[in-house]
Amino acid sequence: MLEIMLFVVFPYVALAIGIVGTLYRYLTNQYSFTSLSSQFLENDLQFWGSTLWHYGILPTTAIHLAGFTIPKVMAALHGTPDLLYLSELAGKILGIMALVGMGILLYRRLTSSKIRAITSTIDWIVLSLLFAQVFFGLILAFVYRWGAAWFIHTATPWMDSLAFFDPAPQFVTALPLAHKIHFLTGFLLFALMPFSRLVHIVTFPVSYLWRRFQLVIWTRRRVV
Amino acid sequence: MKIRSQVSMVFHLDKCIGCHTCSIACKNIWTDRPGAEYMWWNNVETKPGVGFPSQWEDQEKYHGGWEMKEGKKGPVIHLKLQNRPQALANLFSNPAMPTMDDYYEPWTYNYNDLFNSPLGNDQPTARPISRVDGQPIDIESGPNWDDDLGGSNIYAAKDPLLENMNPDDKMRLFSIEQLFYFYMPRICNHCLNAACVGACPSGAIYKRAEDGVVLINQDKCRGWRMCVSACPYKKTYYNWSTGKSEKCILCYPRLETGQAPACFHSCVGRIRYLGVLLYDADQIEDALKAPDDQLVERQRQMILDPHDPQVIAAAKESGVPDGVVTAAQNSPVYRYVKEWKLALPLHPEYRTLPMLFYVPPLLPVLNSTQENGTQRVETELFTSLEKARVPVRYMSRTLAAGNDDLVIKAYRKMIAVRIYKRHETVGDVTAEESAAALAKAEMTAEEAEAIYTLTSIPTYQERFVIPPYSREGDIEEVYDPQQRKAETGFGRRQAPQRGL
Repeated sequence: MLEIMLFVVFPYVALAIGIVGTLYRYLTNQYSFTSLSSQFLENDLQFWGSTLWHYGILPTTAIHLAGFTIPKVMAALHGTPDLLYLSELAGKILGIMALVGMGILLYRRLTSSKIRAITSTIDWIVLSLLFAQVFFGLILAFVYRWGAAWFIHTATPWMDSLAFFDPAPQFVTALPLAHKIHFLTGFLLFALMPFSRLVHIVTFPVSYLWRRFQLVIWTRRRVV
Repeated sequence: MKIRSQVSMVFHLDKCIGCHTCSIACKNIWTDRPGAEYMWWNNVETKPGVGFPSQWEDQEKYHGGWEMKEGKKGPVIHLKLQNRPQALANLFSNPAMPTMDDYYEPWTYNYNDLFNSPLGNDQPTARPISRVDGQPIDIESGPNWDDDLGGSNIYAAKDPLLENMNPDDKMRLFSIEQLFYFYMPRICNHCLNAACVGACPSGAIYKRAEDGVVLINQDKCRGWRMCVSACPYKKTYYNWSTGKSEKCILCYPRLETGQAPACFHSCVGRIRYLGVLLYDADQIEDALKAPDDQLVERQRQMILDPHDPQVIAAAKESGVPDGVVTAAQNSPVYRYVKEWKLALPLHPEYRTLPMLFYVPPLLPVLNSTQENGTQRVETELFTSLEKARVPVRYMSRTLAAGNDDLVIKAYRKMIAVRIYKRHETVGDVTAEESAAALAKAEMTAEEAEAIYTLTSIPTYQERFVIPPYSREGDIEEVYDPQQRKAETGFGRRQAPQRGL
């Protein structure tokens, strides 16, 4: 029963809260959509922390998503022992980058009184969860090795079963505790998105790659 | 011809007394909020000086403005800060971001200490405390920290414009009887090729087509901070509390109700003029690609004569309302910028086509003492210009991208107007001297009279010619800006609140 709650009900609830909540916030309070950058108050640690964190976590997240959506391609990418070894290495490096980056960001928030003054409770919760998530991810990577291979036979079928509304929690219920914590924290973070600054993820300004440099807006030609 | 109208500005530096009333008027209306205390949408700097934020003119430090380089098909304009992929790569930490240390840490005083301190032999003091974290601070800088050349050997000496200046001129700036300074009030230039607009990854910054005011859409801004670095004038500011960038809005709620912007309205020296300029948007690209010394000329070319029937017809075709054309015909800005060529743009070499123009300061008054002890206005043009303390070179680096000729021409006219009026009102200058001065400046007596009138005795209606307006969105009620004090100043009804 508990397993169904944790690995079937909770993921659905978390996804629903994350998606509906973010949409609702976007439609009702777009003003609150911002990265809330604190670079203006502290620049030196911010560079190392933020750069390491983002450049570590973004590829890592992308690889996880690719594992869920295109498992065959991912499997082919580590089809030989050499390739598997390389992808393990790459994953660990990215994970360590993210962990060190988040560590620096947490340290910075704890030590600078200016940054502390603009840090809210939800900031502390989200940052701690992110740190824990990456930490457990690295434990999986180092203790239960060759995750690139077992990932697509455990997490992937479980996620696929959730995606096609045919839940099959048995793919993950037998896994060790560290795995379960990693899965659950992931969904918890997704659920927290609309209540935290994490919403800035969905506003990544990719359209800057092609938009016109100068923007001119006519008031009277606009349909009000 | 694609004609657009721009509400533009002229600041007459010869009249600025450096009282900072404009700054206070602006601060009280728009930036008296948490996160915005350090912002001065309008500030007044002493020049030479480092300015605000410190050394904003040093584009090697902040990477502001546009640069021109040779491409395969002729010159290409690009942002000094970034290309498109770079903007996304640097989102997480902007490498050229000015931090609070480059401005100053806003503070208040712990006034409670004055009331609550125990009885004793000493006067209680109110310690300064930071408005960011409430901790006691030692105040180390502030707005106008180098006002009136205070600490000039530390601050003014670091003025980026003094680099590469000839040592004699530089020496003069710091020797007691020869030093000069002037005040430079600065607001957003509402550029035609604004670097902040070009640099915003979210596309939140835009130019209002009707009047050319550059605004940041507060709902679309995501706080990526690229505009702060990209604006070479450092006139976009990051609100550390709300996580949004903000800038001068040219008091558009006031303009839309027929009032001059607060800084214009409150100006004690009456140095500020506001009016419409009609320009040809098709010429923007060519004007941007002119060599440095021709930038000002090309910008003037873009600005069109609103009395020319062809221009009026083209304006109608481009959808510029008749009322706006009439306002352009009465515009004091047009007269200073195009007709008289007295007003020059600030740092045209940043290639943003700024639409705020400055009449260079002619200081100090050019008098010579007579044998009998009376003073007489200097009439020898060349000598008086050389005797003027303001080095032409410094002014041309500030207002003409290094083109001395433009500054000299403006100065000659200003000197000629003085000599002409001196002859007329005091009479100690002969008619010949007056005529010679006018001839040297290549101007007529009528022009001198017109310059005198608009410079010295203009009425409120002559200084501010506000065109007919429709309100932003056409759906909002008119609010007294005073009522919006605690709001963002961007037409929002709710007080700005930090995102979750």
